[in-house]
Amino acid sequence: MEWEIVMGLEVHTELATKTKIFCGCSTEFGGEPNTHVCEICSGMPGTLPLLNRRVVEFAVRTGLATNCEITRKNKFDRKNYFYPDLPKAYQISQLYLPICRGGFIEVKAADGGTKKIGIHEIHMEEDAGKLVHDEFSDCTLVDYNRCGVPLLEIVSEPDFRSAEEVVDYLEKLRAILQFTGVSDCKMQEGSLRADVNLSVRPKGQAEFGTRTEMKNLNSFRAIARAIEYEARRQIDILEDGGKVVQETRRWDDNRGVSYAMRSKEDAQDYKYFPEPDLPPIEISDAFIEKVKAEMPELPEAKKRRYIEKLGLPEYDTSILTSDLAFVRLFEATVELCQSPKDAANWIMGEVMKLLNDSGTLPEDMTLSPEKLAAVINMVKAGKINRGTGKTVLEKVFAQDVDPETYVKENNLAQITDLSALRPVLEEVIAANEKSVSEYKGGKTQAMGYIMGQAMRALKGKAPAQEVQKLLHEMLDS
Amino acid sequence: MEIIEMGALALGSAIRRREIGVREAAQSYLDAIEAKDSELHCYNTVCREEALKRADEVQKGIDNGTYTSPLAGVPVGIKDNICTKGIKTTCSSKILSNFVPTYDATVVQKLRDAGLVPLGKLNMDEFAMGSTTETSFTGPTHNPWDVSRVPGGSSGGAAAAVAARLAPITLGSDTGGSIRQPASFCGVSGLKPTYGAVSRYGLVAYASSLDQIGPLAHDAADCAALFAEIEGKDKMDGTSMENPKFDFTAATTASLAGKTIGLPADYFGEGLSSEVRAAVEAAAKTCEELGAKVETFPMPIVKYAVPAYYIIACAEACSNLSRYDGIKYGYRSEHAENLMETYVKTRSEGFGMEVKRRIMLGNFVLSSGYYDAYYNKALKAKKLIQQSFFEAFEKYDMLLGPVAPTTALKLGESLSDPLKMYLGDIYTVMINIAGVPSMALPCGFDKAGLPVGMQFIGKPFCEAEILSAAAAFQQATDFHKQSPQER
Amino acid sequence: MQIDKELVTYLETLGRIALSEEQRAETEKDLQSILDYIDTLNELDTDGVEPASHSFPVANVVREDEVTNTARAEEILQNAPDSREGCFAVPKTVE
Repeated sequence: MEWEIVMGLEVHTELATKTKIFCGCSTEFGGEPNTHVCEICSGMPGTLPLLNRRVVEFAVRTGLATNCEITRKNKFDRKNYFYPDLPKAYQISQLYLPICRGGFIEVKAADGGTKKIGIHEIHMEEDAGKLVHDEFSDCTLVDYNRCGVPLLEIVSEPDFRSAEEVVDYLEKLRAILQFTGVSDCKMQEGSLRADVNLSVRPKGQAEFGTRTEMKNLNSFRAIARAIEYEARRQIDILEDGGKVVQETRRWDDNRGVSYAMRSKEDAQDYKYFPEPDLPPIEISDAFIEKVKAEMPELPEAKKRRYIEKLGLPEYDTSILTSDLAFVRLFEATVELCQSPKDAANWIMGEVMKLLNDSGTLPEDMTLSPEKLAAVINMVKAGKINRGTGKTVLEKVFAQDVDPETYVKENNLAQITDLSALRPVLEEVIAANEKSVSEYKGGKTQAMGYIMGQAMRALKGKAPAQEVQKLLHEMLDS
Repeated sequence: MEIIEMGALALGSAIRRREIGVREAAQSYLDAIEAKDSELHCYNTVCREEALKRADEVQKGIDNGTYTSPLAGVPVGIKDNICTKGIKTTCSSKILSNFVPTYDATVVQKLRDAGLVPLGKLNMDEFAMGSTTETSFTGPTHNPWDVSRVPGGSSGGAAAAVAARLAPITLGSDTGGSIRQPASFCGVSGLKPTYGAVSRYGLVAYASSLDQIGPLAHDAADCAALFAEIEGKDKMDGTSMENPKFDFTAATTASLAGKTIGLPADYFGEGLSSEVRAAVEAAAKTCEELGAKVETFPMPIVKYAVPAYYIIACAEACSNLSRYDGIKYGYRSEHAENLMETYVKTRSEGFGMEVKRRIMLGNFVLSSGYYDAYYNKALKAKKLIQQSFFEAFEKYDMLLGPVAPTTALKLGESLSDPLKMYLGDIYTVMINIAGVPSMALPCGFDKAGLPVGMQFIGKPFCEAEILSAAAAFQQATDFHKQSPQER
Repeated sequence: MQIDKELVTYLETLGRIALSEEQRAETEKDLQSILDYIDTLNELDTDGVEPASHSFPVANVVREDEVTNTARAEEILQNAPDSREGCFAVPKTVE
């Protein structure tokens, strides 16, 4: 039987605000436990939440960038459950009136065209704290530093039919969140997390199958693997005549398997009700216009501009706009070197290779546009050749050296004064008598060898054409 | 006049005139507490040393002109659900019996800024759940008029302390009558402000959409003085509201002339004791004599107020009280082996029965399948209750009615029957649901010599108007001047 | 609404409370009488009425995104029944 996979995504993204959603504590990542914590975010008796204006702006920005309807009067609700990472024993979230509804993101379809993935809703909520399970004692340690960090939960419609669509959607969404400045989307710090709801059904069947929810998906690769695993698992069950159990499963990326999370003995009754401590949020036309006006350029608009104004091929623009770190490096480098195609080539070639080889994520890249532009400018001016340029960039990447100083100190600049070549070539001719006489005897292939020896002696710092020309001059006469 | 028999404003004025020292005032009250509180149990915590130290500081501040409030130097008692930095705040519950807040509630900060001197923390029903102060983990407060009777609740300690002269003025909180009903049972005056008029930041939440902090005192003018210090929008409380500056002068200028007062007929129906009815009707007469136009009108929604109240209050309470889990503060069961046991044993051992009952009721009305039938229905009833008040206030400047169906009950009388206790809230809870202000004040005594209370219910943010009406009534009567000590 | 022992037990679970058998029986009886009374609310016609979650029309109360708090882990932990290594400590949670 042919099976169809049906998936929906719940993406949580931590917002790039300075402070938490309901108090003036810093959202900075890391820090000693419980040092970004106050009475409000640790749920002390008598405290009240105070809504961060920026969170509303970011939510609206995200909604507009994903073609959503903005809910003009939206409200917060309490989601009640007991767990040590949730100090109030309720999470302030939005159930009844989420701030954005009914949007979409376009992804690549299997047939090469595009497909719209519906966004059911986007709502604002607070993150929970972190539990550290102490291996050596019988207790769990609770750190509330992350508690109250603002989140957007972006809930898709069950529109995905393949892992490729899911990954493409996540890449698009991530780019939107980064480009709008809403989130830095660092997956390893948990600022972008995706839960996948997955079910399978015989192709052609209208009803959905029983779905499972997968958590702990920490990279796009893990998501693709987990989807493959879970779809296979469900199909195997169904083909064996079994039934899929509706449950939450945790993905173990090291072992490449998922397992059912033990239910926490509670009946999953979140008892949502309107949060009485927070007045509703009313969003005016003027507010929406303001957010629109302040909206940073989105990936699609950037692509168009790169093609139309900078003359880049579409292929290049797709790669460059896949990550905000590349865009930032590209745009600043172009400013400094005035040659978009060179900047694009260097980023797509050397820079990406260096990132890849060193296992560095684009957002963690320390390469500055000034240094990249310096390398490009030296190559463009003929001061160094491309090969030397690559070597210099490697050094910049690894040790953050200054490219110009490095070239000077290591004597890597091209020999531009041709009169300086002649003595070196005379030495080469003198040292390779055999080949020289073969050449002179009519064996023209011998020139290749002599040329190689010459370039070696010059350490590649002279333009090959000039060297060859000069050798001919010296030997053919 | 003995210091402790003076009202707050009179005492403040004597302090400003240097007739009485701030330390002398505090000492008088501390002595009175020492002498009488073992019998009455108004206080959970008495801050002897802190109070005297603070008194000396305030005296300096008054002398050098830092403190200019009419209440500067006046001792004050604070209900034990209002957070005080460095002073235990227990909510009269075992589960918070060792909780020492790291911050001051906004109202406490305001009291400090005005130079009042906190005497200690006042007993209450556990987490403000109850109308007798008997659900307190520390034991009941006794009514100073008859120690075999309850002081009312939940601000029983706050009302009894004023009546017994163990504080000239106190801060209570009112979620469904918790300032007004004990004020009525103890023969003192108490104001439940408009929802949002006073910051709730630092008030340990019972039912967030209904809770308000307010003053209890000898009379309306003293209430007005304390209200003037604590009211106002607070950036720490998003539900507090900007409203026209409270007019203290207007509030203390006694006037009922030309006012129209509505008596809700449904406040005088079945269940109201005849003695309370007689006292409140006589008070209405007095109001007429003072120039007000009094008229009875129907308010049939009254009978739905208690059901709606208990649904809303318990729903919010079960959520608000979930944070007491033995992890961050307060009591933790010593018998817990794992996380689930930590929760269950801590909460089972830490909460009293009434609190558990309300948590369970709240969980019920919010649980899936019942939300619409109960919680959402109650929110619709709330809308209709608000509309009823809105319509009444189109015709009347204020409403007048009894505070409670009876005078103070015997200790233990209502504890065994929770429903009976809930029904006693019938005249007060509606006001909280509507969010409007109400001023409770004594208007007579029953045959047993127990005080009877009534309330002026005002339009939103019209505290000045009901305080002024109460002041007019108190100018013409002397119910508020009687104290259990003299009887 | 009919209250039974099973429902009472469920409500105990939801509230993380355990009652003794005696308390459970009493609670069943009390909740029944309270809910019977609460059910009188059904007589109130609320068709077409918008539920009111807030008392007065206030909206958009927000604060600026500025850090106002400093590190005070010690104070935050001062009331904790058990704390270790700058953290609140609880009996081991198992996933």
